[in-house]
Amino acid sequence: MSYVEGLRCRECGREVDIAAVHVCEFCFGPLEVAYDYRAMYKAATREQIAAGPRTIWRYAPLLPELPGTDPADRIDLGAGFTPLVPAQRLGEALGLDDLWLKNDTVNPSFSFKDRVVSVALTAAKRLGFHVAACASTGNLAHSVAAHAAHAGMRAYVFVPSDLEPEKIIAAAVYGPRLVSVKGTYDDVNRLCAEIASEYHWAFVNVNVRPYYAEGSKTIGFEIAEQLGWQLPDHVVAPMASGSMLVKIDKAFTELITLGLVDDRPWRISGAQATGCAPIVAALKDGTGLVRPVRPDTIAKSLAIGNPADGYYALDAVQRTGGWMEDVSDHEIAEAIGLLARTEGIFAETAGGVTVAVLRKLIQQGHITPDERTVAVISGLGLKTIDAISDHVGPAYTIPPGLEDFQVALNS
Amino acid sequence: MSVTVRIPTPLRTVTGGNATVEVSGSTVGEVVKALDAAHPGIGERLLDGSGQVRRFVNIFVDDGDIRFASGLDTPVWDGATVSIIPAVAGG
Repeated sequence: MSYVEGLRCRECGREVDIAAVHVCEFCFGPLEVAYDYRAMYKAATREQIAAGPRTIWRYAPLLPELPGTDPADRIDLGAGFTPLVPAQRLGEALGLDDLWLKNDTVNPSFSFKDRVVSVALTAAKRLGFHVAACASTGNLAHSVAAHAAHAGMRAYVFVPSDLEPEKIIAAAVYGPRLVSVKGTYDDVNRLCAEIASEYHWAFVNVNVRPYYAEGSKTIGFEIAEQLGWQLPDHVVAPMASGSMLVKIDKAFTELITLGLVDDRPWRISGAQATGCAPIVAALKDGTGLVRPVRPDTIAKSLAIGNPADGYYALDAVQRTGGWMEDVSDHEIAEAIGLLARTEGIFAETAGGVTVAVLRKLIQQGHITPDERTVAVISGLGLKTIDAISDHVGPAYTIPPGLEDFQVALNS
Repeated sequence: MSVTVRIPTPLRTVTGGNATVEVSGSTVGEVVKALDAAHPGIGERLLDGSGQVRRFVNIFVDDGDIRFASGLDTPVWDGATVSIIPAVAGG
């Protein structure tokens, strides 16, 4: 059952029929999915959700599944319903009593992008597309290529040529047409916006974006369900375009609207790398103007210099009383190690950004020790090995003899 | 100065379906004005009430984002390509 009514411009409110369009023809504002919440209210109960699959699709009534979609038609590799783990040891290290980690490293292609791609390509298929495409900093390329392979769709994925080699290989292995573009992610994005005008392809983060973006709400839904249908006090999320943070905030609002959780305040805070922090800068300098930057950071998955949802991320953080911070490449690498050593979760650079910013927000008093805080760990560390290869390695290198080991151990 | 303006899909309803439009002007601001004269309605889609570029519109002269140059005062040259690109989500 679909509760999608159509698309609506977030800026000027103009309404558009369901289609593969992402921009308001009038003001260029982003189009968002509009739902019939009244009908959804009756269908979305805790019991029904709990009886659903252990994937994002347990929240199908709250997602933009288009009218006439059979559950068997979903393009589903099993994304979502990832562990929400209590992080006592990291909490102790940082000075928090009630810290939780949303471990999205364990998704099918090892990042949260599987949530958005599963939703986007399911909608794209229903809209009649046979080719999947994306502009990507890596994680999205992996996910689009993997889901397209599973669905038997052709895929074109566009990435900046300076991406980490392991990220390029981890996309190419699924057999897409991988296009390596000599430029930054923002250049790739711009190219894809132009290509999307010329070819009838489903660019998940361009023309199918209204559906795509909604997939990130499932992070918020899961956090609440896994906390026993309660909202946390504080969520810290990484920001590239800012979309994930905005959608987690939207998810909490929807859960209250639908009567699935008690209405109570929450706060949401955003994390960026200092080498690409246009949204943080807009908050800190007080202008509220998101000025594009040229990224220079090891956190390539967050290296979007021209963040499309920057203004909405600012709105969400300011409205809820959260804050934003940015951290250096050194702090990012250190935080990846701290997370792995204390909690056994190996995160890519974006996870390092989130944990390092979490530490900063605690030190600055933006998060108090007793707040129930959830940090979103969005992707797996094996994707960005280089970031920490200079920081960790063998304790001993020895010949294969017991005595050699004992000598080393006692040295 | 004659420049080529590349029109994104959402604006092609205003340009009668044309993907490119030739206009003249010496700055991006003049190009937008000329564009609006040729295809009335395009100006208000690109600029807000105070005459600034709307926040979800990106304008490039050849490969340069005008926000890294002088905004609407950014100069254009004969044969330049001005691209109008909507903002794109993350990746």
